[in-house]
Amino acid sequence: MSYNINEKGYYGEFGGAYIPEMLYPNVEELRQNYLKVMAEPSFQEEFNQLLKDYVGRPSPLYFAKRLSKKYKTKIYLKREDLNHTGAHKVNNTIGQILMAQRLGKKRIIAETGAGQHGVATATVCALMGMECIVYMGEIDIARQAPNVARMKMLGATVIPALSGSRTLKDATNEAIRDWINNPVDTHYIIGSAIGPHPYPDMVTKFQSIISEEIKSQLKEKEGTENPDYVIACIGGGSNAAGTYYHFLENEDVGIIAVEAAGKGIHSGESAATSVLGKEGIIHGCKTLLMQTDDGQITEPYSISAGLDYPGVGPLHSHLYRTGRGEFYSATDDEAMQAGLELAKLEGIIPAIETSHALAVFNYKTFKPDDIVVISLSGRGDKDLNNYIEYFNL
Amino acid sequence: MNRIQQKLHEHKKLLSIYFTAGYPTLNDTVTVIENLEKAGVDMIEIGLPFSDPLADGPTIQASSTQALKNGMTTTVLFEQLKDIRKTVTIPLIAMGYFNPMLQYGVEAFCAKCKEIGIDGLIIPDLPVDVYQEEYQTIFEKYGLINVFLITPQTSDERIRFIDSVSNGFIYMVSSASTTGAKSGFGNAQSNYFERIAAMNLKNPQIVGFGISNKQTFQQATQQARGAIIGSAFIKHISTNGIANLDQFVNPIIS
Ligand SMILES: Cc1ncc(COP(=O)(O)O)c(C=O)c1O
Repeated sequence: MSYNINEKGYYGEFGGAYIPEMLYPNVEELRQNYLKVMAEPSFQEEFNQLLKDYVGRPSPLYFAKRLSKKYKTKIYLKREDLNHTGAHKVNNTIGQILMAQRLGKKRIIAETGAGQHGVATATVCALMGMECIVYMGEIDIARQAPNVARMKMLGATVIPALSGSRTLKDATNEAIRDWINNPVDTHYIIGSAIGPHPYPDMVTKFQSIISEEIKSQLKEKEGTENPDYVIACIGGGSNAAGTYYHFLENEDVGIIAVEAAGKGIHSGESAATSVLGKEGIIHGCKTLLMQTDDGQITEPYSISAGLDYPGVGPLHSHLYRTGRGEFYSATDDEAMQAGLELAKLEGIIPAIETSHALAVFNYKTFKPDDIVVISLSGRGDKDLNNYIEYFNL
Repeated sequence: MNRIQQKLHEHKKLLSIYFTAGYPTLNDTVTVIENLEKAGVDMIEIGLPFSDPLADGPTIQASSTQALKNGMTTTVLFEQLKDIRKTVTIPLIAMGYFNPMLQYGVEAFCAKCKEIGIDGLIIPDLPVDVYQEEYQTIFEKYGLINVFLITPQTSDERIRFIDSVSNGFIYMVSSASTTGAKSGFGNAQSNYFERIAAMNLKNPQIVGFGISNKQTFQQATQQARGAIIGSAFIKHISTNGIANLDQFVNPIIS
């Protein structure tokens, strides 16, 4: 069994490129070039240099002593929250902006939900002096005002998505429509391991720096490259894909995914795609997605704006379907408590997305000598208002 | 011979109209089809509404959202259309995104189309390569013509490939854009229309996207066999209702 992408762009039965013909030239251009470009020494050099000097990599692998004591196991946190702009998202946007430059593109578009990917995109566009347009659902613009202000300060144009449910899924639709209307000079920086092939693979490879570093850091600290478990939260699945990547083929390393259960898996307000989703097509990709019996895509719910995507990346559908990944889903309440606990025990305020991964201890007990690595995908600054409201701080 | 192929043999420029099933109200579908035929339209594309129509501009998005609110589903549409061949003889094409068809079951969907008398399908997000590998035999088993899109950006090589897989007509998207009316066609479009005409493709071409009136219809059909109007028609029925559709059709074909 392989967990990597095949030459047709599928992970098992999931993936592919189900796109209108209008997008074919753009996506095909990317498909033909992305691996070649990524393998160029000059690309590698610039990418690594920026990750080091601009993003601040390697991000620390931190042994969380008090959290480990509480859950009676060895917990390491991979500190993506310490990256420039505060989350793992920037690993991907650095990679994609370099790709866009090498493909001769002049204009960058992106979608964003919580605004983290929008900020990370606006940041690299400022860095490279490129025009940046970010689509964001009208409702999310109201919910995430500080990130909207950041994007504007960074020189990006934020366009409200007014169609459909006016959140992440619709922002993605609008970005795709923009790309259809601007097929020649524009590159679309997708923010997660989703979309038509080659996006899931390209985003995964840019994020795979996370597991690459985990291996060498763990070797130093524990004398082994391989933990017993790697754990991440899943929205579209980019921080998870990066955290799992170098462990996919080593079945001794357990893979754990935590989705957002919202107000409860069967409450009607949830984003637990692996449980609630069925195979279908969303944003050019065959994967598990939440939909009606009639095949209309439904609106997910989570307290965290970065996890309420109605699908998951095709890699994760494959990990779920084959049983290679263990999937859990944490409710709003469980996630918020886990976030508060990390703040109290370790002095780290996580993004609410990340708090879902930390809620894994509600569902799984680890052995005392297990080495458990959790992707701390982002910091909680952007979520302070949510935490304030929730805990009456 | 399939009704679409027969129609393509007629020596006239064909006018095809797209509308969203279940719009403006749920049970308007059949009336719209019958009135369009009476008004002299050559072919009809029945749009299956989808929650996330990636290739569509604001007008068709809005009509799709409304149709879904009205309660339109694949099953409801098939039920509405079950006697359509008692009153309508022109070719009917179902146009929709792939996910609802996938959920219905591609083979079941095709079987139902044949039973009703649907002649072809347009599925913008089902790529020609996937169609050829996985679905072509099913479509052929039920005598359905699948129509593919080309755009000004499509390479000659790919157009030839699409031509080789097609057995009805090729849907020529007029410009790199989502659906919706433009103010008119310029030089870029004329060049594109001429380039395609000069390729002498096996399948005739019908132009769509951006056609809204007699002028754009005539420009589009100078070389091509016909043209498709969608957004402009939907705008018309949302203001003027679904009776007297010759008010919309006559000025274009007269
Ligand atoms: C901090 C953080 N973690 C996780 C996610 C979820 O995205 P993904 O599943 O692609 O990692 C987001 C998305 O906004 C985020 O901001």
